[in-house]
Amino acid sequence: MATGGLIEARSLVKRFGELTAVDGIDFEVQPAETFGFLGPNGAGKTSAMRMLAATSPVTEGYLRIFGQDPATDGPAIRARLGVVAQEDNLDTDLTVLDNLVIYGRYFGLPRRLIRERADRLLEFARLTDRRDEKVDPLSGGMKRRLAIARALINEPEIFLLDEPTTGLDPQARHLLWERLWSLKREGVTLVITTHYMDEAEQLCDRLVVMDDGRIVDEGSPRQLIERHCTREVVEARYRSVAEQALVVSRLEGTGVHIESLADRLLVYADDGDSVSSLLGAHDPVAPTSTLVRRATLEDVFLTLTGRTLEEI
Amino acid sequence: MALPAILRATEREARVWSKLWISSSFSTLIAPVLLLIAMGVGLGSLVETDPAELHGLDYIEFIAPGLLVATAVQAAAGSSLWPVMAGQKWLGFYHAMVTSPLRPGDVFGGQVIWTTLRSTMSAVVFLVAATLLGAVLSAWGVLAVPVAGLTSLAFAAPLTAFAATQDSDAKFDVIIRMAIVPLYLFSGTLFPIEQLPLGLRALAMLFPLWHGVELARAATTGAFSIGDLGHLAVLGVYAAVGWRWGVRTFARRLAS
Repeated sequence: MATGGLIEARSLVKRFGELTAVDGIDFEVQPAETFGFLGPNGAGKTSAMRMLAATSPVTEGYLRIFGQDPATDGPAIRARLGVVAQEDNLDTDLTVLDNLVIYGRYFGLPRRLIRERADRLLEFARLTDRRDEKVDPLSGGMKRRLAIARALINEPEIFLLDEPTTGLDPQARHLLWERLWSLKREGVTLVITTHYMDEAEQLCDRLVVMDDGRIVDEGSPRQLIERHCTREVVEARYRSVAEQALVVSRLEGTGVHIESLADRLLVYADDGDSVSSLLGAHDPVAPTSTLVRRATLEDVFLTLTGRTLEEI
Repeated sequence: MALPAILRATEREARVWSKLWISSSFSTLIAPVLLLIAMGVGLGSLVETDPAELHGLDYIEFIAPGLLVATAVQAAAGSSLWPVMAGQKWLGFYHAMVTSPLRPGDVFGGQVIWTTLRSTMSAVVFLVAATLLGAVLSAWGVLAVPVAGLTSLAFAAPLTAFAATQDSDAKFDVIIRMAIVPLYLFSGTLFPIEQLPLGLRALAMLFPLWHGVELARAATTGAFSIGDLGHLAVLGVYAAVGWRWGVRTFARRLAS
């Protein structure tokens, strides 16, 4: 049996031919926590997730899920997992209800048990009034909620969600987060990947920041922000690139932590207002606008990699 | 008792079919029987031939076992190509199946078993019709049904494996037109293979359909021979090799 977490990974590598998608990562996931992989597209999150789902073979390294090796115990591990892929992979030949029923049958569950659970899960996913409809006409948010309901049919001990709210409108995202929170309160262990820093902050107890197949840091959202950022950030915008460059050259060497982006300058400070006034309205290169805000995981990622999460 | 994993994948197909069977039953159940009537009774009344060339059979007695197996194979070939592309690519439901305890090999096997079952069901209907038309001479004729099933499997396994290696359906029509249709016509189904030039005869003998037709004819006429064991072996080899190929390609496609 495992000594540590529900999931233990050491020096985990995934290669596709020449391409190294996951380049030696170490982490553990503890029972009942919500664990996140935060990183831009192409960071290796999905490849890592597919190894955790015991569908994609490990190229190198050590991986145990429930203390079992996915290479030899894949079916036994998958029987205790819930998986929501980025592409919902719903069965469009079947109705909403039959998607749950047939998926439950893949797990070898008896029909009567599936029917009981399906009614509850459709309620949970707010899809009860759609139960006998086909899947295709459903909205993106409904499809994602159905994919989540379907993945809960076996009452999984670990629930894996790959980019759960990508492509959803804000309202659908909030409903989804609320549903995930209620699972979290029930004590389900959640593992999610996301390139949305707000999603990671909202949901994750602990996360790893991934870039280019590697983990660049690990901690709770608060710890990561405290470790890499100041409490506040000033976002200043300038009339021209030249003016912004001038301000950057003046601030460099003053010990102030700055990040110069294409469209704005970020200045990290514990007291944003004082920096904001320092940048000064009476200065010849005064910003056209300044905004003082709380530091976020986006800033952590920028500090760690020099890039924003959305670019690429 | 939970269903074996491989049959849980079959159950999905059965579920989908249970909603659509009426619309699909014409092509798989009714059309082959109409063909038998048209060819056997209609055309057969015009066919005047030396009985020796048809192994001493009436025309309808000759073609009934041939069409029984050939129509089963034709249906199996179709269901081994496009539906596999749907599962793997167009609709992607195979990818959801392997997040459950099912393995890629179960998904493959479940699909092939379903295809074989459906072809076998259509063979049952066909055999009943052929019997009513007086085209079945022996009670051993019931064995034509498992023969049709095995021959369908000998096509379904390798074709399903092949379909999973493809990224589009571009080659599927070619396979049907260039392989399945000619085999349907020239595998001893509508006329004895001895009528073919030697080269073509040898070619027909390379593929499983002729072997299935010969076996089915032995069953409906009750005239078995030692060579039938060879036919069985050929069908078994196609099925076994196709099955192994399929388990491997599905693993590569669904668990990479």
